[in-house]
Amino acid sequence: MANSYYDPADLRKFGKITEWSEELGTKFFDYYGKVFEEGALSAREKSLIALAVSHVVKCPYCIDAYTKDGLQKGITKEEMMEAVHAGAAIESGATLVHGVQMMNKYNKLSM
Amino acid sequence: MPAGIFKCWPQQIEDYKMATKSLKARHNELAESNKQLDILNGGIFAEGELPFFKDKIAAIGQFPLRPKKLEILQINVGYMCNQVCEHCHVDAGPDRKEIMTRETMGQCLDVIRNTGAHTLDLTGGAPEMNPDFRWFVEEAAKAGIKDFIVRSNLTIIRANKKYYDLPEFFKKHNVHVISSMPHYTRGKTDKQRGDGVFDKSIKALQELNAVGYGLPNSSLRLDLVYNPSGAYLPGDQIAMEKDFKKALKEDFDIVFHSLFAITNLPIARFLDYLIASENYEDYMYALVEAYNPAAVENVMCTNTISISWDGWLYDCDFNQMLGLKVASKVKNIKDYNEEILTDRDIIISQHCYGCTAGAGSSCQGTVT
Repeated sequence: MANSYYDPADLRKFGKITEWSEELGTKFFDYYGKVFEEGALSAREKSLIALAVSHVVKCPYCIDAYTKDGLQKGITKEEMMEAVHAGAAIESGATLVHGVQMMNKYNKLSM
Repeated sequence: MPAGIFKCWPQQIEDYKMATKSLKARHNELAESNKQLDILNGGIFAEGELPFFKDKIAAIGQFPLRPKKLEILQINVGYMCNQVCEHCHVDAGPDRKEIMTRETMGQCLDVIRNTGAHTLDLTGGAPEMNPDFRWFVEEAAKAGIKDFIVRSNLTIIRANKKYYDLPEFFKKHNVHVISSMPHYTRGKTDKQRGDGVFDKSIKALQELNAVGYGLPNSSLRLDLVYNPSGAYLPGDQIAMEKDFKKALKEDFDIVFHSLFAITNLPIARFLDYLIASENYEDYMYALVEAYNPAAVENVMCTNTISISWDGWLYDCDFNQMLGLKVASKVKNIKDYNEEILTDRDIIISQHCYGCTAGAGSSCQGTVT
């Protein structure tokens, strides 16, 4: 057992989750694979969305995986950073928009 | 894995910041092909963490791997190059003095005139730096081979005045030009990268277009080769071609025919880079994970013979760099016999996973 919670080498073992639940694991990977296929959105666009979400959910495995995926798809570092900012902006916006709730409550409680 | 390889990491990383010399000139131990084979046969493979290539292809009845009909003669006319690319599997550079002589070229010409192969593929180094390059092209063009390829790195065309007329020279002999273009950039910021390599390549491509190369419907073929600049596999060849075409047309008004996405094989300088950057194991995992049995069927060693500057024969350019001569009675161009040569087992090791990953990889791009 490793003495830290995240080990980069664990990412390549991801597929092994199927060993403990064949049915659910297979269903998940089928779904996952289907999601990232070329569709109304290109595989390239989906890769950038995945990269942004990876940052928002702060998943180190996902960040490694989708940075590499982006490189493989010829995505530039400028595009990657813009995607990360898009995620970060939504996340900070999500915090700030609660400021309206604070204002509402403040006003309600104040004479 | 030999411990010595690990001990010199910091030094190697330092070397990469310079990267103006070949491994050979740096006396790097990876300049010796048997050290490379030790690594490829040891470590995660010897420990059973990843399967040997031999076992993978045995499972689909492809071991021993055997040649099919010979289609391509690939001749390496020398390891000298004007560039020192980090990923170079040839370990080529200005300091490499291995150059094919006119005598060996003569032996190659005898073979070219009598071969059943339909494609002649000249590579290097920068093949244009061989002093007898033009003579060889003129003579070989007379042999009437169907597809005559020269692998040009583009920057050579702009490297010195004596090379400025290469586009015209290629055109005169109806040479099919295949050029490496490791990256494109749509924006303006990245154009200066790689010490002017990008700008020189762009200029060279424009000059090739100007004499008719790469234009739609032009019989003057201009194809580009893309290999990833780092420890990752190439993406989908068709999607990459679309991106390259769009960016090069919009930004520089450049056109070309096809893009070949080639996987970097873990040998020579690329292997050195993988180890120094601690990407070796992940890269091998990625290659093995992407193993595609369908690609084994058409892997390029089944239709190609690689000839080195000194006339030795190999299953492919990669085996040439690993010093693995063909397992045949006929080992040198001077004893060439196509029939005997075709009846051989192809020599494999773990670098072969590079040619069977994903859609497969060869000097002509994907193989599936």
